[in-house]
Amino acid sequence: MEKYRINPNKGLEFGIYTLGGDHLPNPATDERISAAQRIEEIIEFAKLADDVGIDFFSVGESHQDYFTTQAHSVVLSAIAQATKNIKIASSSTIISTLDPVRVYEDFATIDLISKGRAEIIAGRASRVGNFGLLGYDLQDYEELYEEKFDLLLKINEQEYVNWEGGKYRAPLRDAHVLPRPLNGSMPIWRAVGGHPASAVKAGYAGVPIFLATLGGPVSIFKRTIDSYRDALKQAGYDPAEFPVATAGFFYLAETTQQAQREMYPSVNEGMQKTNGRGYPKQHFAQGADKRDVMNVGSPQEIIEKILYQHEMYDHQRYIAQMDFGGIPFDKLRKNIELIGKEVLPAIRKYTAK
Amino acid sequence: MKVVAIAGSIVGSKTKTAISYAVKTLEEKYPESDVTLLDLAEYDIQFSDGRNYLDYKGDTRKVTETIMAADAIIIGSPIFQASIPGTLKNIFDLLPVNALEHKVVSMIVTAGSQKHYLIPEQQLKPILGYMKAQVVQRYVFIEDVDFYQKEITNDDALFRIERLVEDTVTLTQTYQEIREKAEAKYDF
Repeated sequence: MEKYRINPNKGLEFGIYTLGGDHLPNPATDERISAAQRIEEIIEFAKLADDVGIDFFSVGESHQDYFTTQAHSVVLSAIAQATKNIKIASSSTIISTLDPVRVYEDFATIDLISKGRAEIIAGRASRVGNFGLLGYDLQDYEELYEEKFDLLLKINEQEYVNWEGGKYRAPLRDAHVLPRPLNGSMPIWRAVGGHPASAVKAGYAGVPIFLATLGGPVSIFKRTIDSYRDALKQAGYDPAEFPVATAGFFYLAETTQQAQREMYPSVNEGMQKTNGRGYPKQHFAQGADKRDVMNVGSPQEIIEKILYQHEMYDHQRYIAQMDFGGIPFDKLRKNIELIGKEVLPAIRKYTAK
Repeated sequence: MKVVAIAGSIVGSKTKTAISYAVKTLEEKYPESDVTLLDLAEYDIQFSDGRNYLDYKGDTRKVTETIMAADAIIIGSPIFQASIPGTLKNIFDLLPVNALEHKVVSMIVTAGSQKHYLIPEQQLKPILGYMKAQVVQRYVFIEDVDFYQKEITNDDALFRIERLVEDTVTLTQTYQEIREKAEAKYDF
């Protein structure tokens, strides 16, 4: 766990992520803030999270309409400058359509600016606007990811890189990749969806996973995590050395009903615009059940849900998505306050050793 | 109510003739409904490669977005080689999982032989069910002998289409009412 800067004795880490700086209208007013304001608010959001002692903050890239942080590493460097203690990462970096050397240079720089707080979470993209935009062929979706992720891991391990045989990039011979992160290397995670197949690949490769868990029973995602740990074992790794992080919708209000009322229109209309299908009300209503992964409710209920998830998954980090679909900033501020005051102390009390 | 009628083949005229009669019936009897006819022969649609439908461009995006925005869909399909045509299957493949949830879907099927009568039952309905459609259980099956020079000549076939249109509209309204009632209890 040390390699990934995780101290299990401190208990479950709590983090926040923004998908790709989604830039959606507030469903109540149908008005959309400017891109400049959205980015400014994301940086402010990270500062507030840092102030109350939240462990982690990440920003993703998504290259289509209704997003603002396509250049996510640039936004992360601003966050690195504006914060003091919080870990910062991508969620995720679409390594398939970027050059791993350049990504490493950027994130190593962010690690230096932040004094050793940067991490990379590398994903494959669910929406694929980046392929056409950055000049890649969607047909190579799988191979691009595997090749470039492999190179990224290698750069992290070796300061002088020898790498060849790639289909999508010229070979590297004694290539000196600089700057190096503060402590020589950085945590690099693989982003995976709900299905076990991708998690199993991460297990065979011996890399930690970030698992997206937007909705549905905890027990289903537990299977994916179990498959991942089995794959680690089969490949000769010790699962105790590899952290697991889960990510999903989160929203707090005084009562569950109020939280649902404030969050549902954003999730439904946001999903409709970014994914092409809304979130059925019936499923959202079931999300309040303790056995469902969605953490939308009163602080007390959400503490219980997170602890239940921890008991089921034995994971090391949970990251919350609460800024989706044009949620106004004052609500985010209120959420951060509640997390700092109620959620963090309770989670740490029950999960720290 | 947004209704999309699909002529699911790029060859021949019978399916187009039958679905056009359904569209005409809708426009005459339910002028408040908003009907769009998607004749796949008029579009250049690419094969599904697994991406989200919003990531396609041109006709592929236009056709899938039109279908996704519908409250009700009337699918017109011929039977080729004892199945639905690949052009129609591709439309389903382009759409997301559960794409037809909260949509009512009905079927008008044309075929060259009576032997194909159960094809929609056994091949089209399972796809619609998997995609979570509310399916109008009865479908209209019309044989090629009932067409002459791009007209339906069998009054019984015309009556059956009229009933199918009525059932589609009634069920769409009914399911909307049921859903509104069910969702009202959530209070969010």
